[in-house]
Amino acid sequence: MTNLDYKIIVGLEIHVQLATKTKMFCGCALSFGEDANSRVCPVCIGMPGALPVMNKQAVEFSLLAGLALNCEIPSFTKWDRKSYYYPDLPKNYQISQYDLPLNGTGFIEIPLEDGTSKRIRITRAHLEEDAGKNIHAGDAFSRVDLNRAGTPLLEIVTEPDLSSGTEVRALAIELQRIVRYLGISEADMQKGHMRFEPNINLAITKDGTEYRTPITEVKNLNSFRALQRSVEYEARRQLDEFIDTGKTMVMGNKSTYGWDDNRNVTVLQREKEEAHDYRYFPDPDLVPVEVDEKWLSKIKSRLCELPLQKQKRFVEQFGLSDYDAGVLTADKATAEFFDETVKAGAEAKRVCNLLTQIGLKLANEKNCSVAELGILPKALAKLCVMASEGQISASAAQTILVEMSGGENEPEKIAEEKNLLQKNDTGELEKIVDEVLANNPDAIAEVKAGGKKSKKASGFLMGQIIKATKGSANPQMAAKILSQKLGQ
Amino acid sequence: MDLLKLTCKELRDKIAVGSIKSTDATEAIFSQIEKHEPQIAAFISTFKDDALAKAKSIDEKIAADEKSGLLAGVPICVKDNMCTTFGPTSCASKMLENFHSPYNATVVEKLLAADAVIIGKANLDEFAMGSSTENSGLQQTFNPWDTRCVPGGSSGGSAAAMATKMCFAALGSDTGGSIRQPASFCGVVGLKPTYGRVSRFGLVAYGSSLDQIGPITSDVADAALMMNVIAGKDENDSTSIDEKTVPVSDYLAGIENDIDKLKIGIVPEFIAAADPDVRNKIEEAIDCYRNAGSEIIEIKMPYFDYSIAAYYLLATAEASSNLARYDGVHYGHRTDSPADYVEVYSKSRNEAFGAEVKRRIMLGTYALSSGYYDAYYLKALKVRNLIRGDFTKAFEKCDCIMMPVSPTTAFKIGEKTADPLQMYMADIYTIAVNLAGVPAVSLPCGFDANKLPIGLQIIAPAFEEAKLLRIARMFEKRNDYHLEQPNLTTNKHE
Repeated sequence: MTNLDYKIIVGLEIHVQLATKTKMFCGCALSFGEDANSRVCPVCIGMPGALPVMNKQAVEFSLLAGLALNCEIPSFTKWDRKSYYYPDLPKNYQISQYDLPLNGTGFIEIPLEDGTSKRIRITRAHLEEDAGKNIHAGDAFSRVDLNRAGTPLLEIVTEPDLSSGTEVRALAIELQRIVRYLGISEADMQKGHMRFEPNINLAITKDGTEYRTPITEVKNLNSFRALQRSVEYEARRQLDEFIDTGKTMVMGNKSTYGWDDNRNVTVLQREKEEAHDYRYFPDPDLVPVEVDEKWLSKIKSRLCELPLQKQKRFVEQFGLSDYDAGVLTADKATAEFFDETVKAGAEAKRVCNLLTQIGLKLANEKNCSVAELGILPKALAKLCVMASEGQISASAAQTILVEMSGGENEPEKIAEEKNLLQKNDTGELEKIVDEVLANNPDAIAEVKAGGKKSKKASGFLMGQIIKATKGSANPQMAAKILSQKLGQ
Repeated sequence: MDLLKLTCKELRDKIAVGSIKSTDATEAIFSQIEKHEPQIAAFISTFKDDALAKAKSIDEKIAADEKSGLLAGVPICVKDNMCTTFGPTSCASKMLENFHSPYNATVVEKLLAADAVIIGKANLDEFAMGSSTENSGLQQTFNPWDTRCVPGGSSGGSAAAMATKMCFAALGSDTGGSIRQPASFCGVVGLKPTYGRVSRFGLVAYGSSLDQIGPITSDVADAALMMNVIAGKDENDSTSIDEKTVPVSDYLAGIENDIDKLKIGIVPEFIAAADPDVRNKIEEAIDCYRNAGSEIIEIKMPYFDYSIAAYYLLATAEASSNLARYDGVHYGHRTDSPADYVEVYSKSRNEAFGAEVKRRIMLGTYALSSGYYDAYYLKALKVRNLIRGDFTKAFEKCDCIMMPVSPTTAFKIGEKTADPLQMYMADIYTIAVNLAGVPAVSLPCGFDANKLPIGLQIIAPAFEEAKLLRIARMFEKRNDYHLEQPNLTTNKHE
C-alpha cells in the first residue's frame, strides 16, 4: 500500500441575477414565467440598428456587491463584446467585461461548521447581460425565448481557495445571504437567480511527491445541494481516476461536466475545452464607465452590516450560540427584528429562544419572515420583560407569542384574558402560605427536624401552595415567603 | 415655375405659407422618379401612396393654420440602412431584402416630426461597404452625369437621387467617405457631421465607432436646414453627445456671412497626388478663397497615409461583430433545410452576403483573433490616435483643411471591382476624417474634361459644423457649380 494523501482544490464562478427594475441595456422589465418573447424590444433581441444604453442601477448594484466583497474598485471600467454563435444569443455576441471589470480582487469570509470563518479570495466580479433560452420540445426544430436576454448578471469569480464540498456550499449560502442583505438580488435558486460553476481538482501527495489531477468544470448548477454533491463526487471520481490512470493536469486543459441530479453523478460534456476564441474587443456602442469618489461614496452609504458580521456580533454581544446567531441572521428582516426587540429592552437570549422555538415556526407556517408576522418588536420586548420579571411563566410567554402573531400587540391583555398572569401579591400569597402551614403541622415538624425528610417536606408544602393558588403563584415568591415563615 | 428647381429650404418656405402645395411637390417628385428611375435605379423602395397621403395631411395642416415643421411637406429620401416601420430596411442585402423593422431610426422620427414626406429608400453598397454602390446585393445605381459610371458609394442611391432631383434632400451615412464621395461623384453637397452629433439609433451598424448619418443636398443651406432637424443628443444612443457639453447650433443662422481672416490649411502633396483635372479644380477653389481674403497655410499630416490600413482593420473588426446577428435564426434570410443549427448559420450567411461583405467580415474576424489582436486591432487603434493628433495639431494653425474628396472623378462601372485594394485606395482623402471623428463637407467645385463633377472637401474641428457650412457657403456664393444639372435625356445606357 502506497502512502497517499489528497486535498480538494475548488474555485467558483457564480452568476447572480440582479434585481434591477429593467434589463441591462434596455427598458424591458425583467421576466420570469411570462409568455415566451413577451418581454423583449429591438435592443434586447438585437434588431438591426438598435443600440444598448447602460442601466445605471445594475452598475450600482454591482459596485455595492463589490464593496461587500472587499473588492478593489477601479475608477475606469468598460464594456466588451464576447463573440460566439448560439441561437439563444441574439446578437451572437454578449456584452460583458473583459480586462477592466467593475470589481477587482477582494475576499469573502465564509462561516465554517466549527464556528470559525475562512477567507476566500475573489478574483473579480463583473457585469454582463444574460442570454435567452433555447426550448427543445421534441419537434424537428427548436424554439428560442428571449425574455431572459439582456437580464443583468453579476459574474463573481473566486480563487481556488475552497477545499471541500461543505466549504463550497457555505460560500454559496453566504453569498446568497450577502446579496439578499444588500437587496441587489432575490437570489431565488428556484428561479435560477444564482448559478454556480465549480472548477475542481485534487492535490495528491503520493510517496512524498505532489500531483495535480486534471481540472474539471461542472456547468450550470442551481442548487446548494447539487453544488456540494458535485464537488464531492468529482473529488472521488478524480481520486479513482488518478489511482487507475495516474493522469495529471495539463495547463490550459480543462474538461467540462454536467450534473445529473437524479443519479447524483457528473457527466462528461466536453473532453478538452476547445480553444475558445471569444474575440473580445471594446463595445463601440457604449461609453466607458468612470467611477468617481463621489459616486462610490454614495453607493458606500447604502452598505449595511453584513450577515456574518451580524452573526458574530450576536454571539459576542448577546452570548448567543453560533448556531442560534446563524439562524437569526439567515435573513436580514429577522436579524433586524431581533436587534430591535433587544434594543427595546428585552433580554437577548429570551428573544432568541422565543423566535427560534416559536417565531420561526409560525413564520414558516405562514410562509413569511418573522418580521412579517404582525408582531411589533416593542410588543415582543414587552412580552420578554414580563417573562423575565416573573409576571408570566416561560411557557405562558410562548402561548402569548402565538396569540400575538394574530395581530394582537398587547401581551398584558392576552395574559390577563387567558389568565396567565402569575400571583405576585405578597399579602395574598402570605395568607395562603399561613393557611397551608396551619393545615400541615407534621410537615412543618419534618422540615424543622432537618435531615433527609426536610427537603421532601418543604417540597410538599410548596406543592400545596401552588395547588391552593391554582398554579398562578409566582414560584420564586412563594418559596421566599415559605422559608421566611419557617424561620429558615 | 419649375418646382424641381427649388431648393429644399425654398420649397419648405413656400409650402409653409401655402403658396405651393406639398401634394404638388410630391407629385412632381414622383413624375421625376417615373421618368428617370429606370435610368438611374437610385431607389430600393418608394412610397408614392403613403407620401401623397402625408403630403395631403401637411397641406391640410397648413390650410388650417397649424404650426408646421422645419421640413413641412418636403419630399425626402433616406438611405436604406436606416430603419423605417414602412417598407423594408434592406441594407441592399439579400440577407435583409424582406426585413421590416418594428421601429423607426431616430433620424427618421425626427424627419417625420419635422413634417417631411419620406418618398423612398435609396440604394447603397451592401451594408454600406463600398465606394461605388456596385456592392449592392439588389441593384446597380448609375451616375446621372454619365450612366456608364458609378454614382460613388456607399450612399450612391441617395446622391444619385439628389442629383436627379428625385428628392429635395436625402440622408446618407458615412463610415469612411460614404456621404462625401458619392456627393462628389454626383455633383451635390454632402455633409458628414462630427461623430456623436447625429444619433445612430436605427442606423444599421457597419463600423459603429465611425458611422455617422448626414445630409446630401443640392446646396449648403439645405445641408444646414437638414442638420437643424437631425442633430442632437439621443437617449437611445450612448455615443451621441450631450447638448450640455456641446450645444447644437442653429446651422442656418449667419450662413450667408463670410468668415473674416479665414485660415485654410492645405497639404500640397495631397492635392498634387490627385488626377490633374481634380487637382486643377481644387487649386482653383483654393484661389477663390484666397481672393476672398482667406489665408492659405501649408500644414503637415504625417500619419494620414496610414489611415486606410487602420480603417480597414477597425471598421472590419467592428463589422465582423455587428453583422454576426444576421444568422438566419431570428430574422432575415434563412437557408432551406439545414442539417443542423450550425448550417443555419453557415449556409444562411453564405447564401445571403455578397463577396465584399464576406471579405470584410473575414478581415475583421482575423484582426480580432487571439494572437493577432495586438498586432492588428490594437495597433490600428494607436494609429487612429496618431491621426487624431494630426488633426488636432493642424487645427491649432488653421480653421479648416481643404483637399479633394476623391483623387478621381466617377469611374466606370466594373473598372475597379476586380481589385478591391485599388477600390479601397480611392478613399484616401475621406477615411482619416472618420478616424478622427471630425466633420467634413463635400462641395461641387467644377467638372473634369468629361463633364463629371469634382468635389472639394472641407474639414473642420469637431462640432464646428456651423462654421464649416459658412466656409462652404463662401465658395458657393462665388460660384454656381452647384446649380448645374446632369443632362439626363442625352445620357443613355450603352
